[in-house]
Amino acid sequence: MTIAVVDSGGANIASLLHALQRLGIEPVFTADPQVIQAADRVILPGVGAAGQAMLTLNKHGLIKVIRELKQPVLGICLGMQLLFESSEEDDTELLGIIPTRLTLLKKKPGLRIPQIGWNTIDCLNADPFSDALNRKWFYFVHSYAAPVGEWTLASSNHGQAFSALVRQSNFYGAQFHPERSAKAGAKLLKNFMEITCK
Amino acid sequence: MSQISQRVARRIVPCLDVRDGQVVKGVQFRNHVVIGDIIELATNYRNQGADELVFYDITASPEGRRVDIDWVRRVSKTIDIPFCVAGGIRSVADAAEVLAQGADKISINTPALERPDLINELVTAFGSQCVVIGVDSIACGGQYTVRSHTGTPDAMRSPGRKTMDWLAEVVDRGAGEVVLNCMSADGTRAGYDLKQLTAARNILPIPLVASGGAGTLNHFIDVFEQADVDAALAASVFHCGKTPIPELKNQLATAGIEVRPC
Repeated sequence: MTIAVVDSGGANIASLLHALQRLGIEPVFTADPQVIQAADRVILPGVGAAGQAMLTLNKHGLIKVIRELKQPVLGICLGMQLLFESSEEDDTELLGIIPTRLTLLKKKPGLRIPQIGWNTIDCLNADPFSDALNRKWFYFVHSYAAPVGEWTLASSNHGQAFSALVRQSNFYGAQFHPERSAKAGAKLLKNFMEITCK
Repeated sequence: MSQISQRVARRIVPCLDVRDGQVVKGVQFRNHVVIGDIIELATNYRNQGADELVFYDITASPEGRRVDIDWVRRVSKTIDIPFCVAGGIRSVADAAEVLAQGADKISINTPALERPDLINELVTAFGSQCVVIGVDSIACGGQYTVRSHTGTPDAMRSPGRKTMDWLAEVVDRGAGEVVLNCMSADGTRAGYDLKQLTAARNILPIPLVASGGAGTLNHFIDVFEQADVDAALAASVFHCGKTPIPELKNQLATAGIEVRPC
């Protein structure tokens, strides 16, 4: 099975590659449209800012390519956010696969933004992707968040409910970092690898 | 405590001093004793239930550091919890190198005081979420002031900044998190500096990590309950084995503090 990890310009991609290697997977880290189209699984990582990531994808001619992928695609953290329509961050237009807008977590007294740390998720809809992960702990690092909607497989809460796991047809997303979420994170990556496309 | 009950767990963060690729313990700041292999200790803390690790690179010369940075990659390959690398990062290029090896965050202290624009540059390059500012602070003449170059006692300086002003500035510059090391408590094992941490908490909208003074389980309960910090960092109290993390987390949970179960 070929796993393509999309090179969207982030500097700290090694932790994801190492997590896949711990699962016995040797991923291909690439910005080549043909390699991405031919892969069995595509992972869209991302740390940094939405605007910069979209510029990088555009530079490599990847925006249309990613939108039209038919195999399972997993967006992680910023990579998940890129699946949405737009973001308050940089007021950027994103990939537009999930039709809603990301917003900055609402400031409230005593609430820290960014959210940095371990939080639990509540699975709302049964799906092989979120199998056996209800109420498990994951490592989150983010300031922007997606609202809960029909795309939400699991929600979490940081002053407000937000989407922790999402799915829109063959596009999956995790707001947290499975690569740094101990056993539960490895289980999520394993679930993604075992998804069968219908 | 905070008005909003955050669901995100309070973090327990062991700190490991690294010199030339090995974990060391300083005796009187100078005669460093090797206490173990970096991968072995990191794995042990991960298995105990540490939420995050901080590696403080005290490798003496920049030349030595470039040679030895491969330990960051080895840590990243081995552990599946987040870790931060502090020490020796003076530029965007230095930070890029450490992050490329698999570190999740980088922490800077003296270089930020020498050139505060470095904070903005790191935030632009990598995002707030991986830029941690370390602050060494001490009460002096009725107010808290920062110290720089604290890695070597002979070189320590007082750059003339008030701690609370500096904390507000690093937030404005986009820092994602602050580690506040309260120097008068550091090494005493008499408890965290609750007064100073509370003052910092009141002006920091971003996560605050307490450092310096942990000696008993109760010190951790106190710092979360009274200073409302997001994480507690400690070194010797964990290294000596007297405070196993599972027991610590059980006590915290019993006290009603949200923690990730081990």
